Amino acid sequence: MSAQTTTPLLDVSGLVIEYRRDGESFRAVDDVSFSLARGGCLAIVGESGSGKSTIARALVRLVKPTAGSMTFDGTDLATLSERHLRPVRHRIQMVFQDPYGSLDPHLTAEQVVVEPMAVRGERDAAKRRARAAELLDSVGLPTSALHRKPHEFSGGQRQRIGIARALASDPDLLVLDEATSALDVSVQAQVLAILARLRAERGLTYLFISHNLGVVQAISEEVLVLRAGKVVERGTTQQVLTAPAEPYTRRLRRSALEPGLMTGRKPREVVRAVAAARIAESAEAVTA
Amino acid sequence: MSSVVTVDDLVVELMTAGGIIRAVDGVSFRIDPGETVTIIGESGSGKSTTAMALLRLLPDDLAVISGAATVAGQDVVGTRKHLGALRGRAVALIPQDPMTALNPISTVGAQLTEAIRRAHPELDKAAARGRAVELMRQVHIAAPEKRMRSYPHELSGGMLQRMLIAAAIGAEPQLIVADEPTSALDVTVQAGILDLLLELQERTGVAMLLITHDLGVARLMSDRVHVMRQGVFVEEGPVEQVVGHPQHEYTQALLAAIPELGPWHDPEEAEPAPTAPQSTPPGPHLPHDLTPEGSMSAATTGTGGELL
Repeated sequence: MSAQTTTPLLDVSGLVIEYRRDGESFRAVDDVSFSLARGGCLAIVGESGSGKSTIARALVRLVKPTAGSMTFDGTDLATLSERHLRPVRHRIQMVFQDPYGSLDPHLTAEQVVVEPMAVRGERDAAKRRARAAELLDSVGLPTSALHRKPHEFSGGQRQRIGIARALASDPDLLVLDEATSALDVSVQAQVLAILARLRAERGLTYLFISHNLGVVQAISEEVLVLRAGKVVERGTTQQVLTAPAEPYTRRLRRSALEPGLMTGRKPREVVRAVAAARIAESAEAVTA
Repeated sequence: MSSVVTVDDLVVELMTAGGIIRAVDGVSFRIDPGETVTIIGESGSGKSTTAMALLRLLPDDLAVISGAATVAGQDVVGTRKHLGALRGRAVALIPQDPMTALNPISTVGAQLTEAIRRAHPELDKAAARGRAVELMRQVHIAAPEKRMRSYPHELSGGMLQRMLIAAAIGAEPQLIVADEPTSALDVTVQAGILDLLLELQERTGVAMLLITHDLGVARLMSDRVHVMRQGVFVEEGPVEQVVGHPQHEYTQALLAAIPELGPWHDPEEAEPAPTAPQSTPPGPHLPHDLTPEGSMSAATTGTGGELL
């Protein structure tokens, strides 16, 4: 990571998170360190069980770290008590993977977006409503969306409501946990464009958690590859994805199937020719 | 040789609370032995409905199917009487989510054995168990005798998908319907499952109907693709043509929406010939360890031979 002249917005150092499983402790995150400059974007890439979501959950203190520090704008989130955490909490917001499970089905889009403002003490309902309309507009949803409930929206629209809700708290840092993974590719492209625009317009900082290298390349300048709780490789996205140094990163890179780039794979014609020969053989065997 | 699947002007209408929806609006295609035909589309395009209609897995009172379709030479639209002979015998389904496809309170071995006996009622229990072990070896599950006694929750998603593939090929089907077979899996696990399917097809000549939203998967697996949107095929043809030179604007938009990774340098791969023609895009070169021959070696999975 490049040397920062200013202090980073987030500095995670020696983070360890252990769970107890069947009476034994299981280390989900094992000595992970990274820092994230204000206005920057860092992607954490990994497969299931790599610990990437655990890090996300620790940052919003849904789980408590076993060891290490998570310094956010001068405050260590790892050790802060609930009471002292409160004034910081709204500044870190999370966008979840599942747009179907992360919105209360009984609330309208307006209620979903307004709630964080009410929690923060905004008493003026008219102000809250105006702000909700503004936020929904910023994610490309019309004012008419205010009165509709989650089931009336598509997955992509719901995800945009989730982003608007996150923004309602005036956060500095957005933790996006597989935020586009449940979406169709065309919708994913729209949401990625919205996220990139919001970051530029509002000076937001993103921690973008994903298993999809293509998506990471589209949104983040820096990337950290995580496997079994440990950092395997890190660097600029460009560097890690075009010249991965570690065998695991290369394996991830090779496993990514791109429609335009299939050279080096066994051509379909070969599979088909061998299969056809087998069929002919068995047909002969039957007639013989 | 006759086609394994013929579909002519298939229409599926679904009764919903909001009225009748024509989920599949007159699609036609055929699949020959040894061939993989892919229906690609986004959510709500009707791709899974098409497959489920062919297998007659849609409830009769809520779905009205018309048109004509045959599977393994048997009519599946006009009558249900061939279904018993088709399902789990001539046709096998590999579902999207391996976690929910198996019974959680029965061992994977018992379920595989049951599937084998359904397709081969002449086998006694011991013979079916022997066949199950053999099939588990074919799908590269290590220590199959031991794994037979595992319950579904004790296996990873990739391993469960291998069990389902074992059950599918145990029937020696003429057609495998694979509905998003790798969408729930990690990419490195996905690579292994796709290679396994290619390997099985090479060995058995089974025809495959693949349903996916992933153009990368479609490009790798298919001979021909049908791009589906709102119940109709907007574009169809050989996979190289549809992906390389898409004609319909929807296909073009779909391809454009995929974030490109672009070329990269893989030091473990032999350098490509320096005079490679410019028309073929450079890299990434998916290496030999992901091709069917060596696909499941311990060296490439990095897990001491145990597949994830």
